[in-house]
Amino acid sequence: MGKFGQMMAQFDLLHAFWVTIQLSVLGALGALVIGTVVAIMRVSPVRSLQLFGAGYVNIIRNTPLTLLLFFCWFGLRISSGIQLGLPSDPTQVLSLRWAIIAVAVYHASFVAEAIRSGVNTVPQGQAEAARAIGLGFFDSLRHVVLPQAFRGAVAPLGNVLIALIKNTTVAATIGLYEAAYTMKGMIEFYPQLLYVTFALIALGFIILTLPTGIFFTSMSRKVAVQR
Amino acid sequence: MTDSVSDPSVAEPGRTDAEADATPIPSHVDTSAAPLVDIVGVNKHFGDLHVLQDINLSVSKGEVVVVLGPSGSGKSTLCRTINRLETIDNGRISIDGVPLPEEGRALARLRADVGMVFQSFNLFAHKTIVENVTLGPIKVRGKSNAEARQHAMDLLERVGVANQADKYPAQLSGGQQQRVAIARALAMDPKVMLFDEPTSALDPEMVQEVLDVMVGLAKQGMTMIVVTHEMGFARKAADRVVFMSDGQIVEEDEPDAFFTNPQSTRAQDFLGKILSH
Repeated sequence: MGKFGQMMAQFDLLHAFWVTIQLSVLGALGALVIGTVVAIMRVSPVRSLQLFGAGYVNIIRNTPLTLLLFFCWFGLRISSGIQLGLPSDPTQVLSLRWAIIAVAVYHASFVAEAIRSGVNTVPQGQAEAARAIGLGFFDSLRHVVLPQAFRGAVAPLGNVLIALIKNTTVAATIGLYEAAYTMKGMIEFYPQLLYVTFALIALGFIILTLPTGIFFTSMSRKVAVQR
Repeated sequence: MTDSVSDPSVAEPGRTDAEADATPIPSHVDTSAAPLVDIVGVNKHFGDLHVLQDINLSVSKGEVVVVLGPSGSGKSTLCRTINRLETIDNGRISIDGVPLPEEGRALARLRADVGMVFQSFNLFAHKTIVENVTLGPIKVRGKSNAEARQHAMDLLERVGVANQADKYPAQLSGGQQQRVAIARALAMDPKVMLFDEPTSALDPEMVQEVLDVMVGLAKQGMTMIVVTHEMGFARKAADRVVFMSDGQIVEEDEPDAFFTNPQSTRAQDFLGKILSH
């Protein structure tokens, strides 16, 4: 128990998971906003917006998240000198911000697809009835189609969120002290506790993702539109 | 008109015009003004299928026009072109003297004046009955919530479902849902009401309650274009029957004349099939 206690004292695992949670929550919010906009573009009647939306989804979804993150961190920040905050901000703060952006941009493509699948669960007649009473394109979306689409998209959005939480581990590659980075340190310094470390990190993620899954499944049942 | 055995593959625009002129006009129909709905030379294709072939139809204020015809004759498509839920290839449609706008706000404004009742009701599934009826008045007409709700409750009372106001559409029977859909369209104070096979998706015992509401509307002078298979409604409430087949208006007449003495072979054939059983 001595070694284990020593490891736990050296590595602040709670703080590491707190960073993972921040990255997950803020990344997910960003992904929801961007993804909704992209989904609206894809279902809009404007051809150029449709093409942009389809392009976004197909390019981003088929690009590795690690590449996007490196593009942000080494490309935009270091090479192009784009600053997210003051130069005096600690590197940890900056890397968290860039990681949030990469995670949001990447998962927005999956969110857009989830919402689009939600839109496809809304019968054509709903939009027709909305237009027939004189609602324009945006009012039809806002008051009739999207509220029903989000309800139909709850379950797939839950899956996206679970994947997002686990994917935040790539932020370790730019040195953000989140769960995976901390795990790497533990493996390096306490190789004799290798399997304990794995179990510990896995448990941490399960604590985050399992309730998320249960919550989204029960929500999707609760808000399902009766037809 | 003596050519009761006309060739069904030939369009006869001249003939339908002549018959429309010959139709006696009921006193409540105002033909002095320009027609409320004016459809001139409208064509539409679905791919290779010519679903609307040079359609001409004028509907005056207060007139009830019933469109009959076999499945696939283009009657639903015609109904849906009037508020541009279907676009047309060429021709002209105007409502109250205003040509149908292509897209955008002008089209939305015009649709607000044209009530539509669908075969599958299409009530907003996530909204309560009364919210279904108030959405348009609040968001399109800019009415206050209280005013819209009051008007909605009056309309729901009129169609006999006021006691269901706070339920959701899925909790109502088909007949009740369709009556709510009629109330939703009426809430916009439309100039004309379009009915696209309003009773075709209903269980037989619910057809009458919807037809009763429609007959009531017709008696109150609402301008109506009704696509239906309900011959009883056509006889009882229509001022004019329009018979379509294969994308053409084959025959137009007042209901009694049409049902007792159809002129075209296709109409005779159609009536023979539906009236003989």
